[in-house]
Amino acid sequence: MEIKELREREQSGDWSVSLSGVKLDNPVIPASGCFGFGYGMAEYYDINILGSISFKGTTLNPRFGNPLPRVAECEAGMINSVGLQNPGIEKVISEELPKMRAVFHKPIIANISGFAIDEYVECCRLIDKEEQVEIIELNVSCPNVHGGGMSFGTQPESVAEVVRAVKKVINKPLYVKLTPNVTDIVAIAKAAVDAGADGLCLINTMLGMRIDLKTGKPIIANVMGGFSGPAIFPVALRMVWQVSHAVDVPTIGCGGVSTADDVKEMMLAGATAVQVGAANLRDPYACKRIIENL
Amino acid sequence: MKNYRNIETVYTVTANEPLTHKTWRMRLSGDTSELTRAGQFVNLMIDGKYLRRPISVSDYNSGELMLLYDVVGSGTKAMSEMKPGTEINTLTGLGNGFTEDMDTEHPVLLGGGIGCAPLLNLARKLLARGITPTVILGFNTAKDVAMKEDFKEIGLDAIICTVDGSDGVKGFVTDAINALPFRPDYFYACGPMPMLRAVCTGLDFPGEVSLESRMGCGFGACMCCSIETKDSAKRICKDGPVFSKDELIWK
Repeated sequence: MEIKELREREQSGDWSVSLSGVKLDNPVIPASGCFGFGYGMAEYYDINILGSISFKGTTLNPRFGNPLPRVAECEAGMINSVGLQNPGIEKVISEELPKMRAVFHKPIIANISGFAIDEYVECCRLIDKEEQVEIIELNVSCPNVHGGGMSFGTQPESVAEVVRAVKKVINKPLYVKLTPNVTDIVAIAKAAVDAGADGLCLINTMLGMRIDLKTGKPIIANVMGGFSGPAIFPVALRMVWQVSHAVDVPTIGCGGVSTADDVKEMMLAGATAVQVGAANLRDPYACKRIIENL
Repeated sequence: MKNYRNIETVYTVTANEPLTHKTWRMRLSGDTSELTRAGQFVNLMIDGKYLRRPISVSDYNSGELMLLYDVVGSGTKAMSEMKPGTEINTLTGLGNGFTEDMDTEHPVLLGGGIGCAPLLNLARKLLARGITPTVILGFNTAKDVAMKEDFKEIGLDAIICTVDGSDGVKGFVTDAINALPFRPDYFYACGPMPMLRAVCTGLDFPGEVSLESRMGCGFGACMCCSIETKDSAKRICKDGPVFSKDELIWK
């Protein structure tokens, strides 16, 4: 988006955007893992004001996730290491999605994770058939258990491999959520697009850690975790700029977005839509405030 | 038109003072209408901190609430420096709270350290139902003892126990229960995990406990405070913090 278009949108109040043909009333989307399956947040405001919701990261099998503590305070942000707690794709489809659809009537983004290619493929095949799920978002930040534990998203080849495999079994647009914990995000982004990704979402959390000065031990039980919050916004913005200038598919900007101005800045950097993560945890009304202030 | 819960409010500090060398009491004024049960908590936004600080409500009425907190880190240190008049953006009415209407004749309230705090409002609610609870408050040592006077004010003589025997009964709250001349029929407990484990695995009558945890959001969105229960994974902040003894798994 150019500054001229920003001024026109501010004037008209029309913030509608399109992601690979999926029309959203506005570009504001709660990021996966910060909004559950939406229905819990529907206690606090009308969630149908949102452009979309990226639901809680879902895997083939149920997962309890990591031991506690899973969260640590940081300057202008937080570290989490939840470990993809979710009830598994079967229960997500039979229990969570119906509850979500009962209160949310806009396009849903399904965030899917896996620890092996066949897990991604099976999960995406199942979720692709679900009504109201209009975009599948692939979280490639998980470790590949068959690849020495290296995250899928850190090598162009492994990203391409998982994208190609998933594209064969789905009809809906596939967006890849990129990890920033790489040396060259543009190379990874291009590999995903060349393999058939319809769009990209960036960035996932940055790997970080904290140590408790009283005990000398890491605060997070799993030692390291994902750093998010306003502190990472400039990094996310820079990566959105780099990637959206290098590929021809839409990008969703994510990372530290907390205000309407952050949304506009992300769009000026090249993002078509924007995800809001940690801000929802500090302020349950964050997305509502952002939309009202656009 | 659906009525949405407005859990965000601004409280004003009306008093903030130390009770012991580490435990402080903060009194606040503001809208308490979202608080409906003893054992719920509030989540305070503190200048310079990204995550809010979850603190259980010790007592409340229409327009006022009281929090007790131990100064353990930079967040609670900042709280202790707040002067009367300070405004705090707060998420209120969080968590499920204690089962105030439990069918019980002789309940015992078991507090450990700062976990004694939410039992005060619970005791008041039980008294209002005509039930006189036995209150046992456990601390490490005499200089940690707090809240005895708060219970005295509502007509309850709390039994104090200390691990080193420097005040009251020597030992743990479980030792004090075993010394009671009668058998309680229900317990409500809040305190550190080792105490709750001892209570849940050691007492042969039913009860419920309030758990604490580092939290991300405090309202059920992030799964940072999940525990495995016999039924399923549950969020301490949203499905708890109070859980029945029968639900919990002690590994």
